[in-house]
Amino acid sequence: MKRKSIAVVGAAETTELGLIPNLSQIQLHADAALNAMADAGLGPGDIDGLATTPEWTPLLANYLGITPSWVDGTMVGGCSFMLHVRHAAAAINEGLCRTVLITHGESGRSRVGVGPFMGNRASLEGQFEAPYGIMGPTTVFTIPVLRYMKTYGVTEEQLAMVAVVQREWAAKNPRASMKDPITVQDVLGSRMIAYPFRLLMCCLVTDGGGALILTSAERARDFPRPPVYILGTGEAAESWMISQMEDFTTSKAFRVSGKKAFEEAGISHKDVDHLMIYDAFAHLPLYGLEDLGFCKPGEAAAFIWERNTAPGGKLPVNTNGGGLSYMHSGMYGMYALQESVRQMRGIAAAQVPGAKISIAHGVGGMFAASGTIVFSNQAP
Amino acid sequence: MPEAKRPLPKPTPETRHFWEGTAAGELRLQRCDQCSHVYFPPRPFCPKCASRQVSVFRASGRARLYSYVINHRPAPPFTAPYSIAVVELEEGPRMMTNIVGCPQTPEALQLDMALEVTFEKQTDEITLPFFKPAGDSR
Repeated sequence: MKRKSIAVVGAAETTELGLIPNLSQIQLHADAALNAMADAGLGPGDIDGLATTPEWTPLLANYLGITPSWVDGTMVGGCSFMLHVRHAAAAINEGLCRTVLITHGESGRSRVGVGPFMGNRASLEGQFEAPYGIMGPTTVFTIPVLRYMKTYGVTEEQLAMVAVVQREWAAKNPRASMKDPITVQDVLGSRMIAYPFRLLMCCLVTDGGGALILTSAERARDFPRPPVYILGTGEAAESWMISQMEDFTTSKAFRVSGKKAFEEAGISHKDVDHLMIYDAFAHLPLYGLEDLGFCKPGEAAAFIWERNTAPGGKLPVNTNGGGLSYMHSGMYGMYALQESVRQMRGIAAAQVPGAKISIAHGVGGMFAASGTIVFSNQAP
Repeated sequence: MPEAKRPLPKPTPETRHFWEGTAAGELRLQRCDQCSHVYFPPRPFCPKCASRQVSVFRASGRARLYSYVINHRPAPPFTAPYSIAVVELEEGPRMMTNIVGCPQTPEALQLDMALEVTFEKQTDEITLPFFKPAGDSR
């Protein structure tokens, strides 16, 4: 894809986060969208492109009073919003639309206005995975990690440290769901969910939403907030069936998506001031650090243990507290993007001083898909 | 464990040979006639070279334990804790399964341990392949 000249000019989450029993799922989308439009000083009539999931894009368009002439409903799980950003950037570059709204809302905890999940028993995963007692992410996303731990000699203590460090970040964030400090012993003493994963190694289940508004960098200077530029993007898909993932110690989707984003942005790892890695479970920051090239294979656990990603470390990671401590509605990618934008605007609760480049890296459908966005507050 | 309540597969035209195989006590894989690639899950073409010339054959049933979790949350009709595993077949492909015939503990479930297939009939149409420690005469 050609060099980006696209910027984020509106960004917001839902007014409340965490437990929101009084809003249905579609209203969580709308609440975030209204906040993002207010942030950008725009109304529904100014939006000509719409991308969303898990609500259906035409349904949400009508609900918001928007008639988009560019529509995206890409759904590859929790990183879908990274893909929406990438697709929207291409569409704006190509002149298909001028101003794109991307929304997310999910009543993950309260389940208000949420459709039923229907398993298709004739699908490949219905035939070859579902019969063996899988019950969603806790028993699927987690399966590769024992192979990773054996290959690299990673311990349960090191896995626990991922959650400990992210809680340190969450403690600095008034909007985080879980702020009390925890220790490795606390994590290893918490309830077993799916060996080797204990409760505190698994993400939260909360309610919330978020929205972004994108336009050309040229127009972006006329908006109330300083633009956050999109320097590079990547996306990839590997396998919806976890059993068919090529190598359980590394995500091919992460590697492909990350490489594309770095190449497109024309940056190297030392240029990155801030990093978000979608953490539905404690092993994901390990895979993310290695597959994006910040650590060599097998070295991420020691990198985190040595506090490189913690407050005061050289590579701040998941500074909102992450899916483990900040919030996780089910499709967390939007919140990783929001924290990157806040960091680039200089308004994050745990602001990284002087940060100029931030990467938000997402995973979707367990290890099925990936999306990577490189942001900067400096015009490209 | 009331096995009949598991979410059972609905075979499709492309997978029927696999489920007919398990019902007959065979684990069936496919091999490309052009490039010899062995693959799973079933499909009527080779995912490596895209040839439509492929053959079904009976696999050895031998495998090693590649990775797993032990689910501790209630999941009727399964009795927690139970393992959900991915095994690597001797012929190369990997598949999800349950490990049976041994305690569902990290001590009993060692990565790379030798396994062999065992079949359990669920309905007249569906027999599921599970794996047990090799040499177990259960």
